[in-house]
Amino acid sequence: MSISITVNGQRRDLDVDAATPLLWVVRDDLGLTGTKYGCGIAQCGACTVHVDGEPLRSCSAPVSAVVGRQVTTIEGLSSKAAKAVQKAWVELDVVQCGYCQSGQIMSATALLEKIPKPSDTDIDHAMAGNLCRCATYHRIRAAIHAAAATLA
Amino acid sequence: MDRHSRHGLSAVFLLAALSAGAHAADLRAPDSFAAIADRSERSRALFVEAGKVIEHPRCLNCHPVGERPTQGTDMHPHSPLVMRGADDKGAVGMRCTTCHQAANFEASGVPGHPLWHVAPASMAWQTRSLAQICEQIKDPGRNGGKTLAQIQEHMAHDSLVGWGWRPGGQREPAPGTQAQFGALIAAWIDTGAACPR
Repeated sequence: MSISITVNGQRRDLDVDAATPLLWVVRDDLGLTGTKYGCGIAQCGACTVHVDGEPLRSCSAPVSAVVGRQVTTIEGLSSKAAKAVQKAWVELDVVQCGYCQSGQIMSATALLEKIPKPSDTDIDHAMAGNLCRCATYHRIRAAIHAAAATLA
Repeated sequence: MDRHSRHGLSAVFLLAALSAGAHAADLRAPDSFAAIADRSERSRALFVEAGKVIEHPRCLNCHPVGERPTQGTDMHPHSPLVMRGADDKGAVGMRCTTCHQAANFEASGVPGHPLWHVAPASMAWQTRSLAQICEQIKDPGRNGGKTLAQIQEHMAHDSLVGWGWRPGGQREPAPGTQAQFGALIAAWIDTGAACPR
C-alpha cells in the first residue's frame, strides 16, 4: 500500500505493507543502513531511531506507527547533543566492533536532549536496553559524561 | 531470513493467539453464588472469584511493588531492565513506548496498547494477599480517588485492563472475559464489597 513518512526531514513515499517493521523500511527501502538489525525482538537496541525526539526500537514498530511523525536515523542526527556525543565517542575511542554503536549513540543523544547532565543512574536507566557484546559499557558511560561536560 | 519469511512468523503468532483465547469458562457467573445466603459471605466469595483475574500474572506483572515491572507467566523481571519513572511510563530515554507501540506487534512479538504503562505505586499488588488487594482497591487514597462505581467501570471497560484478555502472541490471557470479570465486580459491590478475611 502507499504510505508516506518523514525521515531525516525528508518526506518519503513508499509502497509497503503498513505492518512492515520500520527497521526494514529504513534499511531496505530507504537504504539507510546505519540502523542495525540485532535481535528483531526489541531486546538489544541496535535498531534504535528517534521518533519525535524519543528513542524507538525500529524492529518493534510498524511503519504505519510513524506516519505524521518525525523519524531521525543515525544518518540524520545533527543536534548539539548529538554532535557532542559523536565527538566524545571519537575522543574516547568508544567503539570496538561497532555493530551496536549507532543504537548506543541514538539512545545517548536522546538522554542528553532531556537530561544534559545525567547521573550514572540516569545513564544506567536510559541505556539499559542497548547491549554491547564487546562490553564497551565503561567507555560508553565515560563518553556520555564527557559529552555532557561540553553541553551548557 | 528474508523480509517475507519474517512476515510469515506473524501467522504463527496469530494462530497461537487464537488457540490460547478460549478461556471464557474459567470464571463463574455471579448467579452461581446465589446459594450463599449470607450477603457478606457471598460478597467475599464473589471477590475471591474475581481474584482469579486480579492475581493472574497478566495483571500482576504491571502492578509491581517497587520500580520494575515483571513479565511472563513466571513473572520474571522485565527484560530489558526498565524503570517505572516519574509518570509510570518509563525512565528518561527508556520509555515504555521505546518498545511498546499502540498494538501487539506480531513481527517482534512485543505487546502493545496506546496507554501502556505500569500501575501507580499505590496500586502495587504483587506480594500482597487478595484480602490486602481488596482493601487497597476500595481505598480512594490508594485507588486513584475512585468510587466503587468507578472501580467497576475501570475493571469492566478500561481498554488497557482489557488487554489482559487480548495479550497476543503465545501469552496466556487472563481467565474468563472482561465482561464476566466486570459482572463479578458489579455483584461484589452490590453485595456490600466485603473483602476476604
